Amino acid sequence: MNTQHEHVIIIGSGPAGLTAAIYTARASLAPFVIEGEPSSTSDQPGGQLMLTTEVENFPGFPSGVMGPELMANFRAQAERFGARFLTEKVTRVDFSQRPFRVWVRDTEYTADTIIVSTGARSLMLGLPEESRLIGHGLSTCATCDGFFFRDHHIAVVGGGDSAIEEATFLTKFASKVTLIHRRDEFRASKIMQERAFSNPKIEVLWNHTVTAIHGDTAVTGIEVTNTVDGATSELPVTGVFIAIGHRPNTDLFHGTLDCDENGYLVTEPNSSRTNIEGVFACGDVQDHTYRQAITAAGSGCMAAIDAERWLESQH
Amino acid sequence: MASINLTTSTFDETIGASGVPVVVDFWAEWCGPCKMVAPILDEIATECQGEMTIAKLNVDENPDIAMRYQVMSIPTMIVFNGGEAVHRIVGAKSKSALLEEFGTFLGNSH
Repeated sequence: MNTQHEHVIIIGSGPAGLTAAIYTARASLAPFVIEGEPSSTSDQPGGQLMLTTEVENFPGFPSGVMGPELMANFRAQAERFGARFLTEKVTRVDFSQRPFRVWVRDTEYTADTIIVSTGARSLMLGLPEESRLIGHGLSTCATCDGFFFRDHHIAVVGGGDSAIEEATFLTKFASKVTLIHRRDEFRASKIMQERAFSNPKIEVLWNHTVTAIHGDTAVTGIEVTNTVDGATSELPVTGVFIAIGHRPNTDLFHGTLDCDENGYLVTEPNSSRTNIEGVFACGDVQDHTYRQAITAAGSGCMAAIDAERWLESQH
Repeated sequence: MASINLTTSTFDETIGASGVPVVVDFWAEWCGPCKMVAPILDEIATECQGEMTIAKLNVDENPDIAMRYQVMSIPTMIVFNGGEAVHRIVGAKSKSALLEEFGTFLGNSH
């Protein structure tokens, strides 16, 4: 069987990967985007914005834009200039020789240059009952599942922008939202915090973690533990939404690409270059500081320009 | 044949009268993962024509059916065989994963 060879393979299709696709496509490099496969976690084609509703801080959209719509536009723009898409997940890579090699199950692809934009996925609490109750009252996607909790009391776990965004969104349906945070202050931006504090349906439970989720076929309540004195108490919620942060999707590259102590890919300062010449990284997979759609898109543009210049230097 | 749309008034009759398994995709306009799985289900509907029917149910417009089957997360896909709910898949999945889930309800050709 002939192996398909590409100038550029882009792994991942959030704002970073699709911006890299737009730029490399316009440079006539006909990028091949292995965009990932559908799932209901943030690890999916289109990336984390596929699980959000209104995006209010992406420049150029004064009245906001829906996350999935924004990503559909990114994709259409890349396609218009000749990007091609494979809706599958990369299962293995070999960057030890050129051309670089990438596998999707048994199918091998080779490329002159690789752009890694695999993003990050939602962290779970790590409780054994999570796998049984996900989709049955336990959720990582408020926009997908909030609708089913009309007039319910639900809990949101986390203290960053996404936790507060979810809590605020869920008040459209829930009778009450308890926001559970392990510290005594939020990481979220001021505007998001003010939104939460001024919402009469949101109650904040500071210094608590969720230590058990009850229910056989659906969530019936949770146990929370006070992080200061260790006391446990029960909360009779029927829905639990998790927004406690993200982990970079770097499993494919362990032992190949350099990672920092948190697992994020390391790129050279002011560039998208990884430790392997010809392999570039952009977006949340290499950024634990900013993690915004706009910064991901910006770094995707950098990766495309770096890849294009590097390809030219090889001739 | 592409997938069919079900409503509260057509649901029971369509599911009950079908001679082949029916996969009902519970979805809504505001659900990103639902939009990703929809074109995959359309492809499966065409490929498995005559062996399996793919139907869609909008949970916004038909909340009573969603409630009857205790759907709490979308997309949820429920396989009905002889009018009975026999298998449930929660969350968007790839085409190969879905075909694997549906495999036992199809003939040997898949």
